[in-house]
Amino acid sequence: MDFPVLSVIVFTPIVAGLLILLIPGDRKTEIRVTALAAAVLALILSAWVYFNYDTALGGYQLMEHHDWLPALGISYIVAVDGINAPLVLLTGVVMFTGVLISWGVDDRPREFFAFLFILASGVFGVFVAQDLFQLFFFYEIAVFPMYLLIAIWGWVQTREYAAMKLTLYLFIGSVIALVGGLAMYFEVGLNTFNMIRIAEAGQAGAFSQSFQIFWFPFVFLGFAVLGGIFPFHNWSPDGHVAAPTAVSMFHAGVLMKLGAFAALRVGIMLLPQGAEYWRWVIMGLATVNVVYGAFIAMVQTDFKYVIGFSSVSHMGLVMLGFSTLTPEGLTGAGIQMFSHGVMTALFFAVVGMVYDRAHTRQINELGGFSKKMPWVAVAFIIGGLVSMGMPGLSGFVAEFPIFMGVWRVAPIVAIIAAISIVITASYIIRIIGKVFFGPMPEAFEHHIGDVTVLDKVALVVLCVIMIAIGVYPAVMSPLVASGVESILRLFGGA
Amino acid sequence: MNFVVDNLLPLILFSPALVALVLLFLPRTEKNLLRWAAFIGSLIPLAFALALWFSFAPQQPGFQFEQKAAWYEALGSSFHLGVDGLSLTMVLLTTVLTPIAILASYSVQERVKAYMILFLLLETGMLGVFLALDLLLFFVFWEIGLVPMYFLINQWGSEKGERQLWGGLKVSARTYASFKFMIYTMAGSLGLLLAIQMIGVTSGTFDLPELFKIWPGLTSLQGVPLGIPIATVKAVAFWAFVVAFAIKVPVWPFHTWLPDAHTEAPTAGSMILAGVLLKLGAYGFLRLVLPLYPQEAHQYAGWLAFLATMAIIFGAFAAYGQDDFKRLVAYSSVNHMGFVVLGIAAAARAVGTADATIALNGAVLQMFNHGLSAAGMFFLVGVIYERAHTRNLNDFGGLFPLIPVYGGILLFTSMASLGLPGLNGFVSEFLVVRGSWPIFTLWTALSMIGLLLTGLYILKGIKKVLHGPLNEHWVGHITEIKFREIAVIAPLMVLMLWIGIWPAWILGVINDAMRMLFG
Repeated sequence: MDFPVLSVIVFTPIVAGLLILLIPGDRKTEIRVTALAAAVLALILSAWVYFNYDTALGGYQLMEHHDWLPALGISYIVAVDGINAPLVLLTGVVMFTGVLISWGVDDRPREFFAFLFILASGVFGVFVAQDLFQLFFFYEIAVFPMYLLIAIWGWVQTREYAAMKLTLYLFIGSVIALVGGLAMYFEVGLNTFNMIRIAEAGQAGAFSQSFQIFWFPFVFLGFAVLGGIFPFHNWSPDGHVAAPTAVSMFHAGVLMKLGAFAALRVGIMLLPQGAEYWRWVIMGLATVNVVYGAFIAMVQTDFKYVIGFSSVSHMGLVMLGFSTLTPEGLTGAGIQMFSHGVMTALFFAVVGMVYDRAHTRQINELGGFSKKMPWVAVAFIIGGLVSMGMPGLSGFVAEFPIFMGVWRVAPIVAIIAAISIVITASYIIRIIGKVFFGPMPEAFEHHIGDVTVLDKVALVVLCVIMIAIGVYPAVMSPLVASGVESILRLFGGA
Repeated sequence: MNFVVDNLLPLILFSPALVALVLLFLPRTEKNLLRWAAFIGSLIPLAFALALWFSFAPQQPGFQFEQKAAWYEALGSSFHLGVDGLSLTMVLLTTVLTPIAILASYSVQERVKAYMILFLLLETGMLGVFLALDLLLFFVFWEIGLVPMYFLINQWGSEKGERQLWGGLKVSARTYASFKFMIYTMAGSLGLLLAIQMIGVTSGTFDLPELFKIWPGLTSLQGVPLGIPIATVKAVAFWAFVVAFAIKVPVWPFHTWLPDAHTEAPTAGSMILAGVLLKLGAYGFLRLVLPLYPQEAHQYAGWLAFLATMAIIFGAFAAYGQDDFKRLVAYSSVNHMGFVVLGIAAAARAVGTADATIALNGAVLQMFNHGLSAAGMFFLVGVIYERAHTRNLNDFGGLFPLIPVYGGILLFTSMASLGLPGLNGFVSEFLVVRGSWPIFTLWTALSMIGLLLTGLYILKGIKKVLHGPLNEHWVGHITEIKFREIAVIAPLMVLMLWIGIWPAWILGVINDAMRMLFG
């Protein structure tokens, strides 16, 4: 039997998290080193998976299949295809950089890293799961630690409120999705939660069109709540802002992708006719996300809220790409999930670094940080350019095909959504100008220093990834395109 | 050697970026090392460009030195480079001006490393636009150039000046100017981006030589459910392209970013902005708009000619009205680039005729010439500003006896800008006017008003700086032009004179290219 690399990826964080709990709480260095070691292992393995996926072969690869609760048709199946392989890598990257950024967490680092790693396992688990029950299982594992992480280590002023809001939103969403999932399980009647088999049965006609049309909104919207779809995006900026830095990175970088990915995997791929029926609604909501999110981001005065709403705007592009159901749109959405994950992780890392030093996030009170921390300024500029969709960076590589896909089905939407590009540019430039280059307030002049080497490593890793994809899209596009091809086959042809 | 010849275009394109990468690893405190490394590094693309110039075969139709590599296959876009006589001229202009501008930036003291790196990246961005033969790639480089320019203005721009925004918020003038530059250009590019996407969707390719064959003759929009006639769609896409390029040129009434950006940019930034970046817009007209939209261009050429005439006349009037020396030169760019657009409009109306070819020759040569003279003028403004710390023309006066060498150079460059026969500006403006006269007689005749006023504002500048009673305040402050500064301006002057007296060396290449492209 082959080396079960996906299972190792999934369970490395949680095992490391449990090990960390065994270390005495005051031995902080050991805790951090253990965390870093686990993160590096997960990163290396996920990179290995990413680069070893054979795009020529396509389909699900590195599959592992074990019975779990055979009586209920529940099994443990993990596999990667072109869509989730980049997301696994993304999780590895965010986990690695998140640990580096959180090196300075001084308040109960043991519990912090343990919860963070449980969360990471949940995320990995959702991305590679091919069993519906297993997917829900890991989904809840991913959501729950978030509550604790925000409520305990979050921003004092809003953490209880935000943690509660986020958790309730996401649980309600997942319950609704679960209902839909169960409906599918009973409708197929094969006593299996295996999504590959459900999809096959669905293709063979197990789901009537009216069934699909009825249940699609449950499944899709239930998960899309976590993807931040309008009008259920409201939890996300609050949650982002209240969360500690590494958690915000995870949250915006990976968890929102989890929602979008699950909506795609369970909603669109299992109920394709439902997706075709509802696509215009999704497209409408996504367009609101894109444009409205950008406008709201523009008027925020809190640095972190700007980034929070920019995530809403950018995740709208992912949903927009889904709703086109075209090869370009879906490929773009796949790349956008990765690109946005890296970009927003970088953003939140930067916000955290600024906040740790200035103890304020009001844009008007900040200024001149480029002199004190030039690396951070350059990293934020690169991330900002990605956010504007500047060519030569990963954002453009992702957004351009999404827009092309939209042109194929609804040209007007492409034109409307494009407005967000200029809006994004204006708020990003404003932040760069004010926070990094404006005059530095007297009060900051003396006690603000540069970031640590570990922080710089994290920033460089994130920037290099965004530049690499932007300059040479072929490192990602064929992989995603191969995954998209198999999705489109569900719609009768690519 | 074979490697160099086979990969000449990628070498030209990426050598500035590679030099920038090398600079990244040099210590930031060694300012002189950084300056010389950047300067010598920028001579590398120039050397390659000269090699390209001499191994280019002007008579051969189509693109030469083509290179094609896989880039973004999922969208049908490839890394496709190639040159013809048009892009070759622009590549030469870019590679000549960049070392000169870097040499002019030796007076920059702050953050020399970042400055030089941005400058070299800017060069790669600009060269990419001229070399790209793939629509998506063109757009990539088109936008990339914005970023370094934004930071050059925003960070190294003039430190004086404030602008009040709506809402009473006060920002420094360079912040205002750089923001306006960025948002203006990005908003302009938005239409271009959408049009490019639509073209990509309908044609299934971004490859320019292929698009030139498919797109103009397209009779139905495959795959884009717009529900309006294709003629309308094409007309809208045409205007989307035109607006994006018109903003960059800039054509009246899209020019208002330019005086701000020019005035606030550091000297070398203005040189490149006027010298090369404005040419990107005109190049876009010639490379994309005319070949992709021949019918629409023909149909709307009258409007373009009108806008060009307005740019010529209003640009000249506005330049005459300025008291700030740099703003004066900035508005003169609007005036001079108007002739480029006039020539293009004439060619669009009567494509294929002898007059059109003459107008196009004039337009392209004018692009090159304006690159030289505007860069020279901005540099000279920068030289005096460094000494006087003011650009207000009313503060100067009678400086000729103090700085005779500078005065002579300023006179020479101004005359080139004015279009004195024997210098370069005359040749190209004459060709444009000669070519457009039979096609747009009225507009060409009206543009003569602008030509007249050109003399007026140029002479105003000279008079206020060099002649009249000496302002005693400057004695001892304004010193003679330095050797390094002469080294900056000398190559420009040589080229101006050379093209003025014997333009055939460059006009031959341009003429062959124009005949083959639009003949």
